[in-house]
Amino acid sequence: MPENDAKSVTPNARVYGAGHKLIGKNYVTADLYAKVTGQAKYAEDFHAEGMLFCKLLLSPLPHARVKHLDVRQALAMPGVKVILTADELPPPGDTLTDNGTVIRANPKSERALNMEPLYQGEPILAVAAVDELTAAEAIEKIRIEFEPLPFAVDPLETLRPGGPNPRTDGNIWVQPPTPPAVAGAPPPAPPPPTIGALKWTEAEFADAKSGRLPMGKTPDEWSYGDIDAGFKNAVLVLDETFVTPDTSHQPLETRSALSYWQNGKVYVHTGTQSTAQTVPAIARWLNIDVSKVVLISEYTGGGFGSKVTAGVSLIIPALLSKRANAPVMMRISREEETFIGRARPSLLGRMKVGFSKDGRIIALDMFVISNNGPYDANGDVPTSGRIVSLLYQPEAMHWRGVTVLTNTPPRSAQSSPGGLQGIVIMEPIVAKAARKLGLDQVAIRRINCPEGKAPFGPAVQGKRPYATSAFLKEALDRGAEQFKWSERVARTPKRVGTKVRGVGVSLSCYVGGTVGFDGLLVIKPDGRVNFQSGIGNLGTESVIDVHRAGAEVLGVPWEKCDVTWGDSSKNLPFTCVSGGSQTTHAMTRAAYATAMDARKKLQEIAAKKLGGQPDDYIVANERVSRKGGGAGMALAQAANYAIQLGGIYDGHEVSADLNGRTKASAAALAGQGLLAAAKDNYPRDGATFSYIASFAEVEVDVETGKYNIVDFLAYADVGSVIHPRSLGGQVLGRSVLGIGHAIGQKWVYDPHYGAMLSTRFYQSKPPTILDVPVDMQWAALDIPDPETPVGARGVGEPPVGGGCASILNALSDALGDEIFRRAPVNADTILTSLEAGHPMQHPLMAHI
Amino acid sequence: MTENDDAKMIEPPQSGLTRRDLIKGVILGGVAISSSSYLFRASTLAAQTSRGTGDRLLTINVNGQQRRADVMKQETLAWTLRHKLGLTGTKLGCDRAECGSCTVLIDGVPHYSCSVLTHTVRDKKVLTIEGLASPDGALHPVQQGVIDEQGFQCAFCMPGFIMAAVAFLKANPDPTRMELAQGLSGNLCRCQDYDKILTAMMRGAENMRSASRA
Ligand code: FES
Ligand code: FES
Repeated sequence: MPENDAKSVTPNARVYGAGHKLIGKNYVTADLYAKVTGQAKYAEDFHAEGMLFCKLLLSPLPHARVKHLDVRQALAMPGVKVILTADELPPPGDTLTDNGTVIRANPKSERALNMEPLYQGEPILAVAAVDELTAAEAIEKIRIEFEPLPFAVDPLETLRPGGPNPRTDGNIWVQPPTPPAVAGAPPPAPPPPTIGALKWTEAEFADAKSGRLPMGKTPDEWSYGDIDAGFKNAVLVLDETFVTPDTSHQPLETRSALSYWQNGKVYVHTGTQSTAQTVPAIARWLNIDVSKVVLISEYTGGGFGSKVTAGVSLIIPALLSKRANAPVMMRISREEETFIGRARPSLLGRMKVGFSKDGRIIALDMFVISNNGPYDANGDVPTSGRIVSLLYQPEAMHWRGVTVLTNTPPRSAQSSPGGLQGIVIMEPIVAKAARKLGLDQVAIRRINCPEGKAPFGPAVQGKRPYATSAFLKEALDRGAEQFKWSERVARTPKRVGTKVRGVGVSLSCYVGGTVGFDGLLVIKPDGRVNFQSGIGNLGTESVIDVHRAGAEVLGVPWEKCDVTWGDSSKNLPFTCVSGGSQTTHAMTRAAYATAMDARKKLQEIAAKKLGGQPDDYIVANERVSRKGGGAGMALAQAANYAIQLGGIYDGHEVSADLNGRTKASAAALAGQGLLAAAKDNYPRDGATFSYIASFAEVEVDVETGKYNIVDFLAYADVGSVIHPRSLGGQVLGRSVLGIGHAIGQKWVYDPHYGAMLSTRFYQSKPPTILDVPVDMQWAALDIPDPETPVGARGVGEPPVGGGCASILNALSDALGDEIFRRAPVNADTILTSLEAGHPMQHPLMAHI
Repeated sequence: MTENDDAKMIEPPQSGLTRRDLIKGVILGGVAISSSSYLFRASTLAAQTSRGTGDRLLTINVNGQQRRADVMKQETLAWTLRHKLGLTGTKLGCDRAECGSCTVLIDGVPHYSCSVLTHTVRDKKVLTIEGLASPDGALHPVQQGVIDEQGFQCAFCMPGFIMAAVAFLKANPDPTRMELAQGLSGNLCRCQDYDKILTAMMRGAENMRSASRA
């Protein structure tokens, strides 16, 4: 039992949001009542009359071509309505970006169904029938013959000389050169990337024999500073290889989807991380106009990056429904979710790091390869380099990387994509260096961590980019104090009986926000303020939280505010996707801009009706009133005047810089009250990142190899706190997602057949409530970011890397540096390595 | 204003009302679904199946009501609840007894309804998340605990956790956080919001205790 197993209900109570009425305060989100009573409808909870059910035929092989297909027997079954194959998929549409550039659809990208499956579990065809049993029986009656093709599930295997290619034309993505510009014509767009083959030589593979990551040629590299001089001046140089696991996102709600067509429009019910941006994705996949798509997604059962704009598989029920002329429900099972539901790519990394006497990192040579799956390249490889460069501020750095294709399920961004892997590869080296140099673990991180407008990555047009701000040193100091770091380090003995205690600290950071999105609100004639929210409702609560920043500006009590979300037909503004921790930053900016637009309009209306100048009026307490007392009017009255005045006041005219989707929504809402719509045009000097200092203590039983996490603290530098409870949920929730990578989650494959063995929760188990301390701690600095009007940055990703790495560091504090060179660290890793005195797991093989 | 006052002011969910008038034909909740099967009544095949393979018209006691449904031999309680009785508050996260999102109470004891055959509950009382609040809409103290503490994130796991907590707290009204964590350990939250969940459930325990004193 932990020392502080108190009965206290709220161990994490602390007051935030000084000087604000709404920002930084706890409240009850408007979606919670439906959730708590079971009334909240997720995609699979809808039922349409005459609804058919769909089942998928999945590839049993990791790479094959369908040679022969006979569906006649299946189609002849009573109750079977339609069978959909890849030939019947529409060609995917091009992407028209918001600045008008066309990105051509890549014919080699993933599609919903495929006659040349590139991984075990890839959908080949789909059956719609009156019920699931019939659909499943029909799948059994389909006669299908495959021609097996060469495959690779391990990225190093395909890089070997003569190694198998995961795709018929190669194993990496290659960017063909952009054709030269023609005088007078607009500059040509770069052609879509294509597939090429990369093989390393036997000589380049030599290092693999000693368990070190071989470093052959890579298509990408960058550097800054004088790395050779750095290594020359270093008092300690470490050269280490580390491997991170492949982990499925495993949202508790699978990517089920219900679809039907009405009046030429397709209706889709599915989970998504963005209501606003999933609509154009669906339009592209179905190759129809965005005006023909209606998405309903009021509740999403988790995403973590796997449902950024939902999943391409949702076009299967949409197309079946069109053919069958009936609604079609596609329920995705847990195993199917493992195959088509996305995962984080494993990164194999090798770092050569030069330290000065006081622990400063003066040279860093980073080399990474990823296990990407067969389709579009994920950004994890390049991102890992930029995050490491920001978080540890090496004086000189060289980075190389390659994204390697394999016949394993497609990857996508997962909370802190590339960030987790970069941090987890780097942190054990920093911990080891501190031990070798006789430095405190907090001190060595303090001397390296970013501060203020910290630079990161290579120079772009002669200048290195930099962060908007970083107060991580303060978070580290305050965290160390709250965690009683020095006391824990000094505590003796470390070992009692078979139990050894260890403490670990980790730095962590990730992108914390984007800019340039729109907000939209209407002040109704009854005085209520309605915020239109295009944000996905995946559990972070930013869908509602961000609008508190707008209500604060308008001085309207929250009880008088409504938020509309979760249905693309309800006139939503152009909104960021909730991925990469953008939302809190991007959408509080948009909410703030929109509220400022509303305020200006209120002041103008008051001046028109009551005399004087707009500046003579203030907006507060649900009124616009003359400064120093005197004439004024309630917001309700101002809304009525706005309707009378029309034009810019009730939304009949809107600002030209708004996105087309916001303009269309504003036009639909025009005349309902005072309409405000604004684009976030606020300046921003630097790129936005959020930071976490993570602390953990573990207790390892060296006789069984089992270990417990005794205590955990995450101290956040995420700008102003908007909603403490939802922030705390993100800080600790995403920390635990990271911890899963330390304590047990991974994929296991049968390499001979290219078949996955870890398809269910119990085979790659996310942490349970008993895997983490019962009184996890979090806190936030609550220092506003100077480059955004509300001061808030995003939080979803930053805690993840620190969650994992602080546990790994605590383990090596307890057990020494010779136990593990890859994550996760399981009991058998510990037992066998302790006995042997060196790491016993295969250092490089994938999926062990 | 205290948090509790705040809580009472929240609007009922926006889902129902708004959706209904937009999309005709999509049935929203239990209310709109008749107690008979849509799956097997709707098709010719269904008619054959129900004659041939022993679909049986059963009456089961769910949330204090006698409900009738055509049930297959191999049908799980989760399927009957969700697809025959329209009680979709009970979620399926794995359908194989791994995650607990389908947890319901059978005669007061938590069970994974994805792994219970409907035929076996004929003489028992089933309680789902929809039956927890009193008919006048007053929330169960554990539900209120979630509101008080903004427990859970996506909430897909929430019905299962709440049902497990209700049963556990009945037997253990004054647990420590560790004891309560043990009681909830059959439920998985992939948003990994365990700390806030535990806090909300502890608040629920406190609410239950003060309700029983009152
Ligand atoms: S759905 Fe029943 S335990 Fe997961
Ligand atoms: S809150 Fe999302 S699974 Fe628990």
